[in-house]
Amino acid sequence: MMTETQERLRHGRSILRFAAPQMFYPVAGVLAPWFAGLAAVLAAIGLWIGFFVAPTDFQQGEVYRVIFIHVPAAWMSMLIYLVMAFWAAVGLVMNTRLSFMMAQALAPTGAMFCFVALWTGALWGRPTWGTYWVWDARLTSQLLLLFLYLGYIALTQAIEDSRRADRAGAIIALVGAVNVPIIYFSVQWWNTLHQGASVSLTRAPSMASTMLAGMLIMALAAWAYTFAVAFWRVRSLILERERHTEWVGAELDAQEGKA
Amino acid sequence: MMQWESWSAFWNMGGAAAFVWGSYAVTALLIGAELILVLRRRRDTVRRLLRLRRVAPASDGGRHATESL
Repeated sequence: MMTETQERLRHGRSILRFAAPQMFYPVAGVLAPWFAGLAAVLAAIGLWIGFFVAPTDFQQGEVYRVIFIHVPAAWMSMLIYLVMAFWAAVGLVMNTRLSFMMAQALAPTGAMFCFVALWTGALWGRPTWGTYWVWDARLTSQLLLLFLYLGYIALTQAIEDSRRADRAGAIIALVGAVNVPIIYFSVQWWNTLHQGASVSLTRAPSMASTMLAGMLIMALAAWAYTFAVAFWRVRSLILERERHTEWVGAELDAQEGKA
Repeated sequence: MMQWESWSAFWNMGGAAAFVWGSYAVTALLIGAELILVLRRRRDTVRRLLRLRRVAPASDGGRHATESL
């Protein structure tokens, strides 16, 4: 078994040294509050634009203002799942503990954004489509995403042995990732009640520039928020999993007075 | 107030108040709840590990001597 010192030497000066939980723990602790602050500032600007600068929609009136949380939440729910699948794959291939912990730290936030996308979609659908819910491709695949998140969380928490939990969770994360492009392209592949993408890389956005700006800034806020919460969560995971190491002992010493 | 005649017009959201504010309120609630849960988990983890160490201090190489048990 390698000692901590040996492990530290092996990682040397390369950026890879942050792949060691011990090295990443303090980095996450420093970065998280900055991302949280950034998220708060961006959300304040985004909401200001969304409610006070962006004009009334000529078709939908004011109810369209749900877009400033609906679209960022939907984007983040898909992006977080892909990032989870990425870390799961890295964990399986490279056998790095921190990758699996990162995937687990992201899952609850992804599930939260997924639920927000569904909830705000339902409340937006009622006045514009006349219904809270339809079983069309976009909505159904997004609901499946929520179940994938919940399945991942339930499975990783149910298995006692953390190595087995990591691997089982990674399989769900990887298999479920197939669903993400299905959600994204569902509005093109099938006839759905859901409108097509308002923003795409290949053509000009079909919305007023202030609406677009508000939406993109809110998306950045959601992104920064995700970093902050995932970093805070992964720190608890690291402490739990590394509790037998010397450095966690030292960290606990430092926390003893405060707790 | 660039877009609104008055604050009451703002809160009314063109008659869509329930849908717009229902969306924003639930989102704010969930984010608040997640932040509380994450910070509480941190506190509980530290407390639990400190308690574990008091009960079974052998794993840290005897730096923390056994007092009882």
